[in-house]
Amino acid sequence: MHVDVTMTGLVALYIFMLAGFAGWVIIGNVPAILHTPLMSGSNFVHGIVVVGGMFALLNASTVLEQAIGFLAVLLGAGNAAGGYAVTDRMLAMFKTSEPQAKSRHGHGRIHHLKKKG
Amino acid sequence: MFAMLAQITIGTADLAAASLFLFGLKRMSSPATAKSGIRVAGIGMIAAVLTSFLYVFGVDTAARPHLMVNVALAIIALGIGGGGAWLVGRKVAMTAMPQMVAIYNGMGGGAAGGIAAMELFGNRTHGATQLLVTLLGGLIGAVSMSGSVIAWAKLQGVLAKPLRIRGQQLLNGVFLLAAVSVAGWIAVSGLSGADPVLPLTTWTYIFFAIALVFGVLMTLPIGGADMPVVISIYNAFTGLAVGLEGYVLGTPALMIAGMVVGAAGLLLTLLMARAMNRSVANVLFTNFGQVAKVHRGAITGTERATEASDAGIKMRYAASVIIVPGYGLAAAQGQQKLYEFVKLLLAAKVSVKFAVHPVAGRMPGQMDVLLAEAGVPYDLIFQLDDINAEFATTDVVLVIGANDVVNPAARTDKSSPIYGMPILDADKAKQVYVIKRGQGKGYSGIVNALFYEPNCNMVFGDAQAVLIKMIEAVRGLGAAAA
Repeated sequence: MHVDVTMTGLVALYIFMLAGFAGWVIIGNVPAILHTPLMSGSNFVHGIVVVGGMFALLNASTVLEQAIGFLAVLLGAGNAAGGYAVTDRMLAMFKTSEPQAKSRHGHGRIHHLKKKG
Repeated sequence: MFAMLAQITIGTADLAAASLFLFGLKRMSSPATAKSGIRVAGIGMIAAVLTSFLYVFGVDTAARPHLMVNVALAIIALGIGGGGAWLVGRKVAMTAMPQMVAIYNGMGGGAAGGIAAMELFGNRTHGATQLLVTLLGGLIGAVSMSGSVIAWAKLQGVLAKPLRIRGQQLLNGVFLLAAVSVAGWIAVSGLSGADPVLPLTTWTYIFFAIALVFGVLMTLPIGGADMPVVISIYNAFTGLAVGLEGYVLGTPALMIAGMVVGAAGLLLTLLMARAMNRSVANVLFTNFGQVAKVHRGAITGTERATEASDAGIKMRYAASVIIVPGYGLAAAQGQQKLYEFVKLLLAAKVSVKFAVHPVAGRMPGQMDVLLAEAGVPYDLIFQLDDINAEFATTDVVLVIGANDVVNPAARTDKSSPIYGMPILDADKAKQVYVIKRGQGKGYSGIVNALFYEPNCNMVFGDAQAVLIKMIEAVRGLGAAAA
């Protein structure tokens, strides 16, 4: 890609190191009760690969490349959309016992989203 | 001119997306803010995907004549892939969540592998580092894809039994070595211009074929019970592959998102393996079924059965009750009835808490999701470390569809295969009731010492049917009193 920021190997390693550390620290704080939504949430996050697929497909110049690019975008989009759908559904279910009004609101929300989907 | 503007827009949107991912994941660390967390991350994703269309302003000269077709293909791919996965994701049952995560993860791995294939077929990489990183990302992505598909098939019940053949590990080793060797060959001949014997594109095909087969072979021998750890590993793998391909494409958003997930997945894998008292290597290279024989240890005595109604009434008059749910509860679809019963107890001023073991369910935290789905408020749900001390002062513990996670042999019997595994100390309560389909062992094949303890009674039957009887018994009391 023709970004004007030239990335040397060392800068890339810095990015990887910091991002890895950030992931480790953020996830280390998540309570076990949220581990399943978290796994699917992080699964959603790597759905960003669809952007890489878009870059590849738009730059395709042979039928083979078009086919691979098409597949990459298709799979990446599935990863992102599916990951979001299941994570959002799971998280919408978690509610506390105290404010009764709030939980009813939560139910309405699921309903609303179902209609949209 | 447009090209530069487009680049700046894409760069900004990607930066925003990466920030929103991190912010969203951070908000997911508490049940109260988690819902907004995923939505924040979702906004980042939409921004990044929409602006990625601006790549049209800077495509390779060779791709220019195909631009209209490529854009159309992109829209179709986004529509089919995104729309299809969205529809399935909104409908799938909560019990099927582990295999859904597996399949979405496999898709991500496949996409990363596809990007690597594009780079290799089109000979687009520049220099040794880029080429090697592309190959590594492609290998990891392809393994993650085919491995995740096998994991899905196992959890879905398509592949029922772990398939093991003699010399499996040797075979796996050979395939891994072959994939690495072919990658090395592609790199060496690609960089030095040496004669690769076969055309490089052929080698690329061979490389991906070996990688895909390796993913299948690596996953086939692993038992269904260990699949959560495997899914978590592949989740980390896909993250890593995405990060590496992000480097090759020069897209920091992919690098950051991929590596965050890679690290998070690694941590989650280690946490899970620890909760199961296994090392990750043990999960990958040996099998639980091989270790576990029918194991009685020093257990004496017999299981004593009791009536569901008696157990229900006993809990109604207890001061404190802790419920230990396991996957058997979800298999019997008893969560709704359980919460109905709990509401009766709460109305009778009984203190009720749920104790969830880290590996309850088929995925860490899945039991929490299933309880939440039934309407159980999350402030009643407690994790192992937070509640374990309370069992000793609790009147009644109700174990439903859980087995190994309450087996005291893990604390006391050094010869037990689960010795050392952290367990819920249900046996320390004054009275324990265990709802179970029938006499027999859990999936690990280990006899549960708890069932033979003097303070434990068995309530045999389908979880849902037993809970209905308990509800009727407690309701009957209320009617009699009135």
